[in-house]
Amino acid sequence: MSDVADRVKKIVVEHLGVEADKVTDNANFIDDLGADSLDTVELVMAFEEEFNVEIPDDAAETIVTVGDAIKFLEKNAA
Amino acid sequence: MRRVVVTGLGMVTPLGCGVEKTWSRILDSQSGANKISGFQIDDLACRIACQIPLGDGSDGTFNADQWMEPKEQRKVDPFIVYAMAAATQALDDAGWKPTTYEDQCASGVLIGSGIGGIGGIYEASQTLIERGPRRVSPFFIPGRLINLAGGYVSIEHGLKGPNNAVVTACSTGSHAIGDAARLIALGDADVMVAGGTESPINRLSIAGFAACRALSTNFNDDPTRASRPYDKDRDGFVMGEGAGIVVLEEYEHAKARGAKIYAEVIGYGLSGDAYHITSPSEDGDGAYRCMSAAVKRAGISPSEIDYINAHGTSTPLGDELELKAVERVVGNAAGKLAMSSTKSAIGHLLGAAGSVEAIFSILAMRDGIVPPTLNLDNPSVETAIDLVPHTPKRKEVNVALSNSFGFGGTNASLIFRRVS
Repeated sequence: MSDVADRVKKIVVEHLGVEADKVTDNANFIDDLGADSLDTVELVMAFEEEFNVEIPDDAAETIVTVGDAIKFLEKNAA
Repeated sequence: MRRVVVTGLGMVTPLGCGVEKTWSRILDSQSGANKISGFQIDDLACRIACQIPLGDGSDGTFNADQWMEPKEQRKVDPFIVYAMAAATQALDDAGWKPTTYEDQCASGVLIGSGIGGIGGIYEASQTLIERGPRRVSPFFIPGRLINLAGGYVSIEHGLKGPNNAVVTACSTGSHAIGDAARLIALGDADVMVAGGTESPINRLSIAGFAACRALSTNFNDDPTRASRPYDKDRDGFVMGEGAGIVVLEEYEHAKARGAKIYAEVIGYGLSGDAYHITSPSEDGDGAYRCMSAAVKRAGISPSEIDYINAHGTSTPLGDELELKAVERVVGNAAGKLAMSSTKSAIGHLLGAAGSVEAIFSILAMRDGIVPPTLNLDNPSVETAIDLVPHTPKRKEVNVALSNSFGFGGTNASLIFRRVS
């Protein structure tokens, strides 16, 4: 597992209060991990903070699973 | 109008989490005052407060995890967590868990706060200034709004009836109980979860209340002596925090399900000073009219009041004005009246004060004992009323009145009677 994936999953566990083994690449934040629309906004903010990157709103809308977040950040984070 | 009774009690106070823990410490003449911990105080005029004892939940300590999921706690200011704790206690005490759609729709919530999420507003302001608007959390607004205390409680317990909140500074808790009782009396609900909650202890609030010259500043090195209502050395109130929530219920509804009935809400009076934003009217007229209105609504004679839980904040002006207003209300019956200020023990819980003190009034009735006014060494005025200095007293209490007066000149009095 990449360093980026580890850090993303750690953030998801902390913010959504879910068990680490549920945070798989395919897990959908809303359908599988119990997030609501506000949680997803906060998650994106936490990713921006952790990876020191800006995630524009149109890109944020495409991040719906843990894997989406990892892929985006592997590509865009410094 | 329909009769309204109290069937459940819950509280979180500086003397502990839970009604019985707090009450036993009140009757043990303990004080919740201490040097403030948690933030910088060396440059503040007031460096003391009554803070909730945090811990693992044992021996009356407050463990937030027992009342709200950690991931939810993170989103809200403590006043919402305190409300969740006190409301859950009260509903458990009442044994009321509405599960059918009809019962849920007949059960409402009316929880207020004086200043709500002022601590979180302060922190988010710093985030905005230092790190910009993109760092302000989506939970900033919903976790700070005053009616979200009731919002969270309604979601947790499935309360689909009236959903309202009161914001009347230090009268909030009393207005919440009085207004909720009226909703039941008028038939808008059968059960209401009502009260006040507050988490005001942060640098911004202390600085602001100190600037109003409302806080005690002479006892920074001797915190437990600072809250001293009616005493000649009093110099302001000591800030407290917490929540007091009751379950109110229509009398026949409570009887039909065999609920334990603590007391009946027989009187509720409201008035405005129309005088000054922070000072009480000089002749105590607002307090007098508010108590008189509650007495009239209760249909009793003022001489029937056995105990008054005073607003009595320990400010130089307010205590004596309230005392004079009470003397005017009860007249020749002053000699048989007991009146104490439990703010001497737990400080001033602002929006939660009225509901916490209403609960103390009910417990005085239940146990036949009136709580003390701590630190009352030398009363600043003479009165025939027993101010219950230092230690509690045995006294049969059939009718109790609880007063609350707030900034803006907003006054509320509640009267409870024992149900035999």
